[in-house]
Amino acid sequence: MRTIDVDIITDNIKEMCIEANHFLSKDMDIAMKEAARNEEAPIGKQILEQLQENLKVAADDMIPICQDTGMAVVFIEAGQDVHFTGGSLEEAVNEGVRKGYAEGFLRKSVVSDPIIRENTKDNTPAVIHYSIVPGDKVTVKVAPKGFGSENMSRVFMLKPADGLDGVKNAVLTAVRDAGPNACPPMVVGVGIGGTFEKCALLSKEALTREVGSQADIPWVSELEEELLQRINGLGIGPGGLGGTTTALAVHVNTYPTHIAGLPVAVNICCHVNRHVIREI
Amino acid sequence: MMEKHVAAPITKDIARTLRAGEYIYLTGTIYTARDAAHKRMEEALSGDEGLPLDVRGQVIYYMGPSPAREGRPIGSAGPTTASRMDRYTPRLLDLGLGAMIGKGKRSKEVLEAIVRNESVYLAAVGGAGALISKCIKESEVVAYDDLGTEAIRKLTVENFPVIVVADCAGNNLYETAIKEYER
Repeated sequence: MRTIDVDIITDNIKEMCIEANHFLSKDMDIAMKEAARNEEAPIGKQILEQLQENLKVAADDMIPICQDTGMAVVFIEAGQDVHFTGGSLEEAVNEGVRKGYAEGFLRKSVVSDPIIRENTKDNTPAVIHYSIVPGDKVTVKVAPKGFGSENMSRVFMLKPADGLDGVKNAVLTAVRDAGPNACPPMVVGVGIGGTFEKCALLSKEALTREVGSQADIPWVSELEEELLQRINGLGIGPGGLGGTTTALAVHVNTYPTHIAGLPVAVNICCHVNRHVIREI
Repeated sequence: MMEKHVAAPITKDIARTLRAGEYIYLTGTIYTARDAAHKRMEEALSGDEGLPLDVRGQVIYYMGPSPAREGRPIGSAGPTTASRMDRYTPRLLDLGLGAMIGKGKRSKEVLEAIVRNESVYLAAVGGAGALISKCIKESEVVAYDDLGTEAIRKLTVENFPVIVVADCAGNNLYETAIKEYER
């Protein structure tokens, strides 16, 4: 049994919120530089170069990469041999978000009620996904999610007979409809299988994978590659103003499902695909 | 690529000359408003209150900034998705709104109102909020202060880079540019 004071969680979440909003992770940085080199459209290339400059200003002057500093999505993978002490884990996560968004000059974009819409003024609560795993480590992922791209995300409850072609059409439909609204170049997270809510969660987790990493299952990695190529053939391009770079990566996560179903979720993320991971 | 320097506010005489695909550096005074401010402006127009600003010839930038650090006029300040303002926009255009800056597609009703009123829709680069903040020299809340980031701000901008997406001749860059690179 390992004991972890929840204050440690708070401190880490605070730092991770600030880090994610000012510095693109290494994998995303590489993908963005490569896109700027390879883009064929003059206006697309110009936009990608501006985004390079934007990243530099963000890091040098500590100005958030994007003004939409997101709703904080937090994944906590807790080892089953860990005992949290010093208070509520959930409150510790929210306290980390509260401190991070205040001290990091990040925008407070959360409203307390979806209809009454009063700003909570501290960007809490976070959306927290817990999982219990073997061992005595805690892995924390912080992925602040902007809503330009979140709003363009979709769930499709396909029929088994729709098969792989149905999945491909669903993803291409979501990306085509998203177009310029989702701030391309995007990262496309796809969840296939499970239930209605499980496929949505799979697609969100897919966005936190290392950009450009391949799925382990051969048909899945082939699908990722084909979808990336077809999405980049849509012509949407950087900023949606035409070009050859519409997506930086397509990540597909899968899970067993019911004999009657083929759920597919498409979670789209903009080029500010923020994800910071720490092991505690 | 055509590059132009344009002064804000944008009168109909200027808007009439702008064409989809042109790259523009905007200098002058513009106003921010996003979801909550638009809702409130709509309510104001429906009551006796009236708008907090005369929109004739003015430029509305769909943007809610992050908080400013000390010594800076504003925080990160990139465009938000324009389509969320679509249901409020035709009425403002009919009142004489000069131009809008945002990102993403507009509704048929908005595009028609742009043509009808000789206005223009400009796109800023989504997700370039840090860079754009450098073009903003002054920022002052002028209405709906209680809305926080969603308050209406008066901004002084210098060489703010935007691209003409929808012009008063009915051209729409989002539709034409994509076709060029579709495979």
